[in-house]
Amino acid sequence: MPHATVAPVQDAILPILQRYDRDPQNLLQILVEVQHALHCVPPEAVDLVADHLGATRAHVRGVVGFYAFLSDQYLGDFVIHLSDNITDRMLGNRELAEYLCSRLGVKLGKVRADGRVSVNFTSCTGMCDQGPAALVNGLPVTRLSRERIDRMVELITARTPVSAWPTEFFEVEDNFRRSDVLFRRPFEPGSAIQAAMLRGGDETLKDIQLEEALDPASGKLWKRGADETLKELYRSDLRGRGGAGFKAAIKWETCRDTAGGERYVVCNADEGEPGTFKDRVLLTSYADMVFEGMTVCGYVVGSGQGILYIRQEYWYLKPHLEAVLARRREAGLLGSNILGTGYAFDIDLHWGAGAYICGMESAMIESIEGRRGKPRKRWPLPVVAGVRKCPTVVNNVETFAAAGMIALKGGAWFAAHGTMHSTGTKLFCVSGDCERPGIYEYPFGVSVREILRDCGGSSAQAVQVSGPSGTTITRSEFDRVLAFEDLATVGTMMVLGPKRDMFELVENFSHFFQHESCGLCTPCRVGTSLLVNLVDKVACGKGSPMDLEEIQKLSHIMKTTAHCGLGQTAPNHLLDSLLKFRTVWDARMMTTEFEPAFDLDEALEEARQLSGRDDAEAHL
Amino acid sequence: MDHTKTFFLDGQEIPFKEGQTVFDAAMAAGVYIPHLCHNPDYEPHSSCRLCTVIVNGRPFAACTQPAVAGQMIQNDTPELREMRRTLTQMLFVEGNHYCPTCEKSGHCKLQATAYDLGLQDNHFPQFFPKREVDASHPDFVLDRDRCILCGHCVRVSRDVDRKCVFAMTHRGIKTEIVVDSPTGLLKDSRLTMEDEAANVCPVGALMPKRKGFQVPIGERPYDKAPIRVDSVKNFRIREERRHG
Amino acid sequence: MASKLKVATCSLAGCFGCHMSLLDIDERLLDLLEVVEFDRSPINDLKRIEGMVDLGLIEGGLCNAENVHVLRHFREHCRILVSVGECAVTGGVPSMRNHYTLRECLDEAYIRGVGVENAQIPSDPELPLLLDKLRPLHEVVRIDYYLPGCPPSAEAFWHFLTELIAGRDPSLPLQLLRYD
Repeated sequence: MPHATVAPVQDAILPILQRYDRDPQNLLQILVEVQHALHCVPPEAVDLVADHLGATRAHVRGVVGFYAFLSDQYLGDFVIHLSDNITDRMLGNRELAEYLCSRLGVKLGKVRADGRVSVNFTSCTGMCDQGPAALVNGLPVTRLSRERIDRMVELITARTPVSAWPTEFFEVEDNFRRSDVLFRRPFEPGSAIQAAMLRGGDETLKDIQLEEALDPASGKLWKRGADETLKELYRSDLRGRGGAGFKAAIKWETCRDTAGGERYVVCNADEGEPGTFKDRVLLTSYADMVFEGMTVCGYVVGSGQGILYIRQEYWYLKPHLEAVLARRREAGLLGSNILGTGYAFDIDLHWGAGAYICGMESAMIESIEGRRGKPRKRWPLPVVAGVRKCPTVVNNVETFAAAGMIALKGGAWFAAHGTMHSTGTKLFCVSGDCERPGIYEYPFGVSVREILRDCGGSSAQAVQVSGPSGTTITRSEFDRVLAFEDLATVGTMMVLGPKRDMFELVENFSHFFQHESCGLCTPCRVGTSLLVNLVDKVACGKGSPMDLEEIQKLSHIMKTTAHCGLGQTAPNHLLDSLLKFRTVWDARMMTTEFEPAFDLDEALEEARQLSGRDDAEAHL
Repeated sequence: MDHTKTFFLDGQEIPFKEGQTVFDAAMAAGVYIPHLCHNPDYEPHSSCRLCTVIVNGRPFAACTQPAVAGQMIQNDTPELREMRRTLTQMLFVEGNHYCPTCEKSGHCKLQATAYDLGLQDNHFPQFFPKREVDASHPDFVLDRDRCILCGHCVRVSRDVDRKCVFAMTHRGIKTEIVVDSPTGLLKDSRLTMEDEAANVCPVGALMPKRKGFQVPIGERPYDKAPIRVDSVKNFRIREERRHG
Repeated sequence: MASKLKVATCSLAGCFGCHMSLLDIDERLLDLLEVVEFDRSPINDLKRIEGMVDLGLIEGGLCNAENVHVLRHFREHCRILVSVGECAVTGGVPSMRNHYTLRECLDEAYIRGVGVENAQIPSDPELPLLLDKLRPLHEVVRIDYYLPGCPPSAEAFWHFLTELIAGRDPSLPLQLLRYD
């Protein structure tokens, strides 16, 4: 197998190290770039990076080992990752994977002997409305089909670099199907920051510049604008859009009022919940609005540094996001002198490397600091001691977008939409068995039925709300409403048509959680594997009612004792399925007696081969 | 102190000082809370989850949970005992634990905790993972089969010895200890006999060589006193040493 | 007088150490025999259980096809089945071979091993085939009780049996619970 030799490794890595100031906190960013450059992080790269950063090899190896997109093995000239969300499966990704592998002559999960190509599955890549999807050398390929695969195989055989592949392969559509008050009109960059700074007075920006530019931190207008904007945020009653629904104003105020030097504003664009893709659309078409919301937050809490933590699957957005940031700096909307007022705030991009757990606040902060993305202890909360132990606001992409609009239009305007306890509008990511998958903006309080009607999915037998960690809703529940009062959600709606085998859902989801468990705590680390084993046992017809009881018991323990939300919510889909779709489980029950999880006769196969026997006694 | 704050642990009134965790206050008061990833000498990190208690109706890890006056906390209930038993079984089946041949037997916190919880079996199918044993070092052996991923060696080597000899790699069920050395082997690492990390392993995963049977079986710490007695005793000795 | 409790015992992939330990209850064996009688057991060399017995005690894990047949036979013929000793409960020392493939194990024993002559992997149909991995009993049949220890001490046996016969929970108290 061709292997990156030492010299090219050095040539590739030294400029990367340079670019990241040899700062150990940039370790993950460095490794991401190394992976892109070399299609692996070989041992000599580990040594080199460790030496230059003053980190230990073990630490670097630990980080490489943690993230799914970092690999210590060369993954081939063409690295193909096939998205393996249930929506991809529903669109036939398993058959396509088999087809692709056979066309390429490669085994799934292995690099072809000539080092040309490898094919792997990966967790949902956020292209559920245009799947089946894949990543080729980190770039998303959508709407995979046999024809598209045939073309890909030709290109790979001809060694055509991905940059020269047909652009239509990489077309990613917004599919923004319904907009409401937040995203209906184009957003004018700078308008929200200006509104925030001027809020509560009748000055103009020019007055601020004249009066306060020299010492903004102590200026009355400054402080007033920030305070008044926070009041508007309180008035809006905006709750976090990541799913948990914590009130943004409380978070911002706590951050502002916690003693500490620097403060950080972190935008969570990890968007790892399978079936979720709204952040991708927002960062594609509403990046200004998001960055503006972050800047307003920085202004309110007194932070000079924003960080957009974005998942590796959206690497293709890097040039776009960097261009938006550059344009905003040029326009005086970021940098050391925002709108000429002397307020300084800038935003860095931090890339994830394939870890669902990093969507969890404290795991994300660990990742930002260049470590394995494992959650921190429960206390202190990140808002008190987050990035570099400083007070840190972590909000979802959509939350910042909404906050920017609230700064612009006021809290009352926002609170006029939605429900009593869930104000404003929400983006829904609709995928699966429906005619018009894509992004839908509705005021909170919309029913499942209404969304299904609008997206052409009314015949659904179920909807998976809020992803694998969320809730499975059946037909009789379609009048339930999406709001914190009823179905709290990150916005994910995966539609399951009437003919779907609901068991495929639990198979897909349980393997997902096993793959994504960080391994820190016992119940999640071991529990997710035990659950997979039980689901697989039922899937192959060896399950008994005892196994279903076992699933319930394990689920209860995980929900009670797991360290973080991942382990606590990982069994949700199983409990829902057992409660609401018991028939698909019962249909797989071949026995009420105890059955081994493994096949006894198969367990003799190796011995049969070694001894050359196949008599009756050689079987069980 | 003019008046002491208290909370209630299984109905018993437990005094605590501001900033103390539920775990520390309980142990100081002589109440044992099962734990494996925590060693009172070091910062807690709440990963084994055995110390889960129910605080005002919600589960928390006692080792990291700050005590608050008036809290009603459940610790030794049949339900929590059952959960702790299951968590301990999980730890047994995910690794390869052979008590009959292990030098740590009788001095092993995993084993002693399992005794305390009355574990008669492992319940789940064994995973039988293939893990590397590193016997390269003249003075130590790292037997990953016995590792319960408590992270003591990682944390103590980093925070106390300032050497960072150990780290974790991979994730989920594949998580394992890696050694910091050019070869990845213990013999080429900076671990020495004097390191606190070398002696902190609660199970038999990181052990000094040639000392396994210096104390005969039958005369080992948990042969003499069950872990719930031993832990509380040691906790109090440590507190006395600390405060006076 | 009430009829005696019927007990069957056997050793699968074990060392008979558990049986030795049972015999270690010494003169209490006589007390035991007042209330139980042995069906199939190495003690009387019976090979099959005829009819049903009340209690089956199995030592050792499952390493080959014959072990599986015997275990199933016990499960079918024992009202209460007990997994006895470390090997039966967890796989124990014999399961250390699970670190290796079966080929590696057989190569070591029959091909490359020191002093091996006429190297070949045995293929006589009389010999039971080995499972790819050694398994504890509860992975293949339902087990009612576990008696851990390597071996469980005579005291543990005595406690377990007397409690069970008396119709109480036979779980071992802390002072008798040992895995080594």
